[in-house]
Amino acid sequence: MSKKITRHEYQHLVEKTMPPSRVFRDVLAAFVTGGLICTIAQIFFMGMESLGVDEETAYMLTTVIMIFLGAVLTGLNIYDKIGKFGGAGASIPVTGFSNSIVSPAMEYKKEGYVMGVGAKMFLIAGPVLVYGIFASVVAGLIYYLWIQVM
Amino acid sequence: MSTRTGKQTVVLSNPPVVIGGAAIVGKKEGDGPLARYFDQIIDDEYFGEKSFEKAESRLLRDTLVKTLDKCGKSASDLHFIISGDLQNQCTAASYAFRDVQVPFLGIYGACSTMAESLSIGAILIDGGAAEMTACITSSHFCSAEKQFRYPLEFGSQRTPTAQWTVTGAGCILLEKQGNGPVITHLTNGTIIDMGIKDANNMGAAMAPAACDTILRHLEDTGRNIDYYDMVLTGDLGSFGRSILIRLLKDNGIEPGDRYNDCGCMIFDLESQDVVCGGSGCGCSAAVLSSYVLELMNQRKINKVLFVATGALLSPTWIQQGDSIPCIAHAVSLENIQ
Repeated sequence: MSKKITRHEYQHLVEKTMPPSRVFRDVLAAFVTGGLICTIAQIFFMGMESLGVDEETAYMLTTVIMIFLGAVLTGLNIYDKIGKFGGAGASIPVTGFSNSIVSPAMEYKKEGYVMGVGAKMFLIAGPVLVYGIFASVVAGLIYYLWIQVM
Repeated sequence: MSTRTGKQTVVLSNPPVVIGGAAIVGKKEGDGPLARYFDQIIDDEYFGEKSFEKAESRLLRDTLVKTLDKCGKSASDLHFIISGDLQNQCTAASYAFRDVQVPFLGIYGACSTMAESLSIGAILIDGGAAEMTACITSSHFCSAEKQFRYPLEFGSQRTPTAQWTVTGAGCILLEKQGNGPVITHLTNGTIIDMGIKDANNMGAAMAPAACDTILRHLEDTGRNIDYYDMVLTGDLGSFGRSILIRLLKDNGIEPGDRYNDCGCMIFDLESQDVVCGGSGCGCSAAVLSSYVLELMNQRKINKVLFVATGALLSPTWIQQGDSIPCIAHAVSLENIQ
């Protein structure tokens, strides 16, 4: 360029003039969406308890139902819209986890059930599983050592 | 024979003629402000095919056929097809033209591909290597999302600087002689990397490349920006566009109303939920081969500087932490007679 601008100056200019994220709107939408998903789960949980299902089974069944709902809403092309509105409020609950597995499975079906669905299904959820399992092992070890010491 | 002027500009001594063009786009583009200029708007994102990749190929093929029909030509009149897209290994184009018995040059310049294609086509014709070439590029929102972002049904938000890949293809036929605007100059850009690493901020990454090529073009040709009725960048989006205007002003150039960006023109940024605007090889190609060409043919505008910009990244390089190398090619289109 005729008038030289350094990389550093340019990056500074970009950062300074960049349109900002709508933090307040995003946080509020995430709160409402995440809260709503959790409220629905809570209704299922309390409903089952009132039907006499024991607490542990009710927890497990609630999770299964929410995963199922996430998958169905993804298949019906609805969950992406919830995610677009709610951001982290839609991706953090277990419905979002379900969405992250079902959406690549749908997208890569064209490449076959082995190299498409099978290989690409955990494209987004993979890191969550890897580090989730790793974290649970670390927590388990700490717990085990804690019991030994105490 | 082509000659050079200045550092980077090619002067075409027998300027190739743009004898016609056509654009086919998807539904969202067909809801945009330029809808009436497009030759065809297709509602089905699969275009009747089984996958998005195949749909994009179909889009390219149909656009070529439409262009040839409009110009009263047939594929056997073509000496070259110069085409590119955003799919890995440029496969939308390769598969599109596998049954067309015409010498094929597959090229990749990301969103700058149309200008690259016109550059090669113009030089081939001016140099006597071809009588007629088809310059055609495409992009498809769904195949690009799959390749560069997330699966379509994955619920995620876009950052405030993101752009929306256009589903569309544009084709221009260049011929040695004929009626229509001609290509007089080409200024092919150098790769410019200002260290932007955010793949969701390609407008900011590409703006310095566009600025560099425009300044180079004006310096090489001795022209003032007022010489052109329209200066068009291909796909900086609204944020990239505002940065380019600022960079040009810093260099003493006031682009004014004659400057616009194809990404900002193809969609209504307020109502169509595309954040900063359109992008993709099909965006500038579709705008140029429909809207711009029609205005030129009606003589509403006579001199256009088409500056298509490309972010030459891949998801792998971005994941490895590198920045985005960018390019811009300028093509000068003029009504001479």
